[in-house]
Amino acid sequence: MSKRVGLEASFAAAEAARMANVDVIAAYPITPQTHIPERLAEMVANGELEAAYIPVESEHSALSACLGSAAVGARTFTATAGQGLELMHEVVYVASSMRYPIVMTVCNRALSAPLSVWGDHSDAMAVRDTGWIQVFCQNNQEAFDMTLWAFRVGEDSRVLLPVMVHFDGFSLSHVTEPVILPEQEEVDRFLPKFQYAFALNPDKPMTHGAFGPPDIYSETKVAQEVALRKSKGVILQGWQEFGDVFGRYYDPVESYKIEGAKLLLLTMGSFSETAKAAIDTKKDSGESVGLINLRLWRPFPFEELRQAVKDAETLVVFDRCISFGGPVGPVCSEVRSALYNEKKRPAVVSFIGGLGGRDVSVKDFEYVIDRGREVAQKGSKELFEMVGIRGQVTGIRG
Amino acid sequence: MEGNFIKIGKNLVPAEEYVAEGHSFCTGCGEVLALRLACKALGRNVIIANATGCIEICTSPLPVTSWRVPWIHTLFENTAATASGIEAGLKIMMKKGKMPERDIKCVAIAGDGGTSDIGIQALSGAFERRHNFLYLCFDNEAYMNTGIQRSSATPYGASTTTAPAGKLSIGQTTWKKNLPEIAVAHNIPYVATASPGYPFDLMNKVKKGGEVSGPAYVHILSPCPTGWRSPSNLSVKLGKLAVETAMFPLYEVENGRYKLNVDPPKLKPVEEYLKPQGRFRHLLEGDIKEIQEHVNEEYAKLKAKVACFAA
Repeated sequence: MSKRVGLEASFAAAEAARMANVDVIAAYPITPQTHIPERLAEMVANGELEAAYIPVESEHSALSACLGSAAVGARTFTATAGQGLELMHEVVYVASSMRYPIVMTVCNRALSAPLSVWGDHSDAMAVRDTGWIQVFCQNNQEAFDMTLWAFRVGEDSRVLLPVMVHFDGFSLSHVTEPVILPEQEEVDRFLPKFQYAFALNPDKPMTHGAFGPPDIYSETKVAQEVALRKSKGVILQGWQEFGDVFGRYYDPVESYKIEGAKLLLLTMGSFSETAKAAIDTKKDSGESVGLINLRLWRPFPFEELRQAVKDAETLVVFDRCISFGGPVGPVCSEVRSALYNEKKRPAVVSFIGGLGGRDVSVKDFEYVIDRGREVAQKGSKELFEMVGIRGQVTGIRG
Repeated sequence: MEGNFIKIGKNLVPAEEYVAEGHSFCTGCGEVLALRLACKALGRNVIIANATGCIEICTSPLPVTSWRVPWIHTLFENTAATASGIEAGLKIMMKKGKMPERDIKCVAIAGDGGTSDIGIQALSGAFERRHNFLYLCFDNEAYMNTGIQRSSATPYGASTTTAPAGKLSIGQTTWKKNLPEIAVAHNIPYVATASPGYPFDLMNKVKKGGEVSGPAYVHILSPCPTGWRSPSNLSVKLGKLAVETAMFPLYEVENGRYKLNVDPPKLKPVEEYLKPQGRFRHLLEGDIKEIQEHVNEEYAKLKAKVACFAA
């Protein structure tokens, strides 16, 4: 029997790694990720998990050690946040380019300077083009489910790509919620053993990571791009199988009360649950609104997004990251781009807020819905609007 | 013992070549000579993690490879960390019964820049965590792969492209960073220096380092005709002269105990080592004297450490 327990998202992710029976964990402590490696170190120390825990001296070495353990066929896990993800940035590219199915949870955190340990999506957006599969969790159950699912998808011989599981620093990583933990038998049914056909082994010497001269580099990159896009099929299959075993089904694009809605709000991560409360309030007062929770960020779910928003007049996108000097928020930018060639498409309005742990309340989402509708109808000279900012400048012009 | 051997004097050297021909090292490269010897000493039961640098570039242009043993390159500064993951991964999978128990030595390879500059943090971490691996530093005393830029392992007075000798500069203005001593400071079980000028000594040390349980470090001087601006037929000779002048003494430190492997009754003057090399061509008599004094001092310190353990 599965059991319902109170867990932080961090502990939920650690539980998932334990139940996946990971072989190697290499991690470096950084707020707000610390509870994940702490809990795993405890499990190893208490004999609840048989794994090598490598207490590395930096995040750069954390992911580098993961490259080594994955290269010999070990199931490999790490976790980081904010500056840690930035420090390992060059290794992040290498992990996907060398096709090592490492699973990494990222407790999303703002980037320095000024130093902030609190949540936003700047760290995730800085690695969006690194070739990893990226998913965003909206609650602690998803933190468990996505971490487990990440091993299933990344290690699939048709995929062999690393997977980043994002959940918001503090607002999920440190908040206790009820989480349903499955039986080990169910996990074993869902998650096969990692069988890596290309493991480094003296009996069958292989070269990993040869350098790419100009006459071959482009082909390697195209192959990688095709592999990431093709992983979509296994991603969907993985969620289907997950639902069949555990009873919870997931989609790349989650819709909430969107039927017939004229205005849709699009959010990612923990924002989505708060936004749902705003949608409920608005619906109760007779407004035609719904919510899109973008769960799969890479590969970008173009078809599912187009399908979800096709009947809406207005799409309000709420980012948690600034693309300095760019068009709008990074998520909004991609959403617009995904809809650009559609004959019938909603007006897309951009808001940015919740930076560096700034709280965004149900009221703020209600404001964004009202203001978004107004901008869509009357137009605006502003590229996007900052939400919940003190001072005069809240609208940013191009 | 497995395979065929070549008899050289009273030494038996494995005939097997693990670094295949067809690579693109420069003529007279002392590094690839040392690498071939090291690989012979290690045999086939290894997994090699290689930092970015000459060895990596000269042996692995896609879609071909010179490696007849399993080999991985990921980045420049992270080789010791990658090796940590390989070692830990193999060990735990054997413990969990996911792969058969056997001896596979994890060997990290890097140049002097990858070791003493950009990779020193990862190396220190891997030493401190006591991973069972052998780290080989192939020291050609500058960033040769990118065009002879200075590193912290470049010797005082050498002219490089980023510390060139000029009217106002002698070239390298700092003394060579002592990486073997930094390794010793980590209290690892085995540290040694080696030179391709002493091939059997080199092979013995690499073999010993491979057999140690825990971290081992072998620092190998790698004469570089391109970067040292020396005739390509002098690499082995320079590898000897570096030792005979005590510019690069051959010693090993086993569990903290120092032992000098080559102890010439009378040291040759450093000038004999410096003169054939274009990188030292600009040095004046006074400069050479200063280097000689420094070498004497360092050698005396080393001999004092050796003397501590002589009895």
